[in-house]
Amino acid sequence: MTSLSNSLPAGAEPHPVTMAVGGEVSDFFALLKPRVMVLVIFTALVGMVVSHVHIQPVVGTISLLMIAVGAGASGCLNMWWDADIDAVMTRTAKRPIPDGRIQPGEALAFGLVLSVGSVLVLGLASNWLAAALLAFTIVFYAVVYSMWLKRTTPQNIVIGGAAGALPPIIGQAVVTGSVGIESLVLFLIIFIWTPPHFWALALIKSGEYAKAGIPMMPNVAGPQSTRRQIIYYSLVLFPIGLAPVALGFGGWLYAVTAFFGGLGMLAFSVHVFRNREGEAERKAAFGMFGFSILYLFLLFAALLAEQSLGLFRAVMV
Amino acid sequence: MENFPTPRRLTPEEAKRQRQRSIAIAAVLFTLVTIFYVLTIAKLGPQVLNRAL
Repeated sequence: MTSLSNSLPAGAEPHPVTMAVGGEVSDFFALLKPRVMVLVIFTALVGMVVSHVHIQPVVGTISLLMIAVGAGASGCLNMWWDADIDAVMTRTAKRPIPDGRIQPGEALAFGLVLSVGSVLVLGLASNWLAAALLAFTIVFYAVVYSMWLKRTTPQNIVIGGAAGALPPIIGQAVVTGSVGIESLVLFLIIFIWTPPHFWALALIKSGEYAKAGIPMMPNVAGPQSTRRQIIYYSLVLFPIGLAPVALGFGGWLYAVTAFFGGLGMLAFSVHVFRNREGEAERKAAFGMFGFSILYLFLLFAALLAEQSLGLFRAVMV
Repeated sequence: MENFPTPRRLTPEEAKRQRQRSIAIAAVLFTLVTIFYVLTIAKLGPQVLNRAL
């Protein structure tokens, strides 16, 4: 929230805020969460290529750029709203707003202008279904997740994960003007992948989240329940990861990647469950967190390679 | 006429940051103009050249 101390739990001390006359250009860029933008471009691009519909390259490129800008804008609004809790967590205390390099009002204006601009340009470049889906994603992340779920329920990242899972659907809407089964399956993969990914990090950072008053699963249900749920989600993720093969848009390369990747996720989740103390616990959770990123990247990279480099060999005949 | 207070002078560091932000805004505006131009031509397609002179 804009006031840096209005909803902090008792005893939490925000970092001192130094007043600055405008931040650097790089500070504004940091507000857009560039690493998330890269992931959004990547997953939206895969949503486009699995649709098998030709799109004018200029229109496709500009549409991808607008999806990335829209995602960045929602990240900016998230940082504006969460400035108070970012200030008490070491991982986020150096972000531009809690560090005092950018004023909350500047970030709010920046995020709103980019949100409206990206939706309008996407609508003009491709179609208004894609634009409406981008607008929904921004509102869902900035309002439903950041302003409502994040501080009220341990299911915050489960439900809020939908926002991060939508880019493939927007990508498919850009090229086809509709939403098909392919992008819905990609949505489901990211949606089910999100909880084990974030809870692995939350297990390590539970003290930080407690200090900021965020009800993450390890803080509310306890670490043991969280570890069990990580296994459940990894179990569900395994068959969903293989669904593109069953539906015919994932070939042999994807099938092998999803099979061994899914097994890897299960193995890491069991490893997290078994290692509950000290350095072993930390290493296991970090391993799960790191592998989950690799798993999602390889899955989408395999689909992209099959569809765009002609590597597709059907598994189901 | 009302007398407004004289605004304080920016430090060299602040002036430098302001100049960088101005350049970034100009670059974004130029990109936006280019996007609209290229998009228009791309949407019109090759038919844009096929007209009676």
